[in-house]
Amino acid sequence: MIYFTIVVVVALAVLGISRLGRARRTRPVKYYPYESGIVPRSDLGPRFSVKFYLVAMLFMIFDVEAVSFYPWAVMLRQLKSFGLWEMLLFVIVLGIGYAYAWKRGGFQWDR
Amino acid sequence: MLLTVVIDIVKSLILVIFLLTAFAYLTYGERKVLARFQFRPGPNRVGPFGLLQPLADGIKMALKEEIIPAEADRYVYLLAPLISLVVALLAFGAIPWGPPAHLFGRSIPLQIFNPNVGVLYIFAISSLGVYGLVLGGWSSQNKYSLLGGLRSSAQVISYELAMGLSVAGVLILAGSASLTHIIRAQDHYWFVFPELIGFLIYVITAIAETNRAPFDLPEAEQELVAGYHTEYTGMKFAMFAMAEYINMITVSGLAATLFLGGWHGPWLPPFLWFLIKVGIFLFIFMWLRATLPRLRYDRLMAFGWKVLLPIAVVNTMATAAFVALSR
Repeated sequence: MIYFTIVVVVALAVLGISRLGRARRTRPVKYYPYESGIVPRSDLGPRFSVKFYLVAMLFMIFDVEAVSFYPWAVMLRQLKSFGLWEMLLFVIVLGIGYAYAWKRGGFQWDR
Repeated sequence: MLLTVVIDIVKSLILVIFLLTAFAYLTYGERKVLARFQFRPGPNRVGPFGLLQPLADGIKMALKEEIIPAEADRYVYLLAPLISLVVALLAFGAIPWGPPAHLFGRSIPLQIFNPNVGVLYIFAISSLGVYGLVLGGWSSQNKYSLLGGLRSSAQVISYELAMGLSVAGVLILAGSASLTHIIRAQDHYWFVFPELIGFLIYVITAIAETNRAPFDLPEAEQELVAGYHTEYTGMKFAMFAMAEYINMITVSGLAATLFLGGWHGPWLPPFLWFLIKVGIFLFIFMWLRATLPRLRYDRLMAFGWKVLLPIAVVNTMATAAFVALSR
C-alpha cells in the first residue's frame, strides 16, 4: 500500500516534470498527428482488422484456462494421480476447441 | 507499528530509486553493448567512459517541449504513460531480492510485500501494462500509433498464455505460488534443470512481453515510425521507455527467482547473486537485439499460438505426470 502510494507519487512527479517544457513557439502544424510530413486528410476510422477481435476472444478463453492451472499446480502434490487424470481430461476438452480454432484458421495471419 | 511503517517507506523508496537508476544505466549499458557488437565505441563523450550520458539524456528529456496533439484525447493521452510506469514499478514489488536481513534485532524481508500468490500477482499486474500501450496508441489519434497499439496488445496477450503456462511446472515442483517459497524450494537444485523447456519458453515469451527485439513489432520503426509512442515527447516518452526497461528488469528478476534459485549461490552475498543473475538476463536481451532480425507479424502470431502454447501445455502435463506418479 505504501509502495503503491510512493510509486504513484513518483510517476506523477515524472509526468509533472514534462510540464516544464511547454512548447514556447507554437504553430498549429506542430499539433498535427505525425504522418510523414503530410497533412492528415482523414480521421482514424473505426476500421481495423477483425483478426484483433478474434485474438481477444481466443485469449479470453485460454487465459481463463491458464489461470485455472495455477491452483491445480500448487495443490498437485496433495491431489496425486487423481488430479493428473482430472487435468488431462480438461486439457483434452480444451484441445478439441484449440484444434477447431486452428482448423478454421483462427491462428492464420497471412490471409 | 510505527517502525514497520518507517521500514516499509524506506524500503519502497530504496526500491523505486534503485529501479529508476537501473533504468538510466540500463539504457547506457545497452548502447555500450550494442555499440561493441557493431565495433563502435558507443557513448563516450559525457564524463569518463560516457558514464554521465544517462544524466545528460534525462536533462534533455526534461527540457524538451511538451506537445499534446490537438486531436488527442487529453486525459487518456496523459493517463497512458502513467499507467505504463506505475504498473511496471508495482510489479517488481513482489520479487524478493535476498533472504530476510537482520537489522537492529529485527528480521526485515528484502521484498516490499509477499503475497502468497506472488507469481499470479506479477502476471496480473504486468498484464495491466498493455492498457498503457493500447490507450497511448489510441488516444494519440495517429495512424501509426493506433496500429502499434493494436499490434502490441494482440502480441502481448498472445504470448501471455504461453508465459503463464511455462511457469506452471515450477509451481508444481515447488507446491506453492509464493515467490519466497519457490526460492526456498530450490535449496538443493535450481528449477532450470527439470524445467528446461519451461525455462526456454519463459525466456522467449518474456522477450515478447516486454516488446524487445526480435519481437519488437509494436515499434517496428521502418513501418510504424515508433508505434504507440510516436506522438509522445519529452518526459512522457521517457516514461514509456522507463516502463519498458523496468519491465525487462522485472521479467529477468522473475526468471532468476523461478528458475535460477533467486538469491541462492555460494561465497558471494545473496543480494549480489540476485543482481548477477538479473544482469545475465539483461545482457541476453541486448545480445538478442544485436543478433536477430525482427519477425514478420503473421509468423510472430503463429509462433505464439501454434508452437509455444502447445509445447507449454505438454510440458506442464509432463511435469504433472512426473510429480503425481513418482510417489
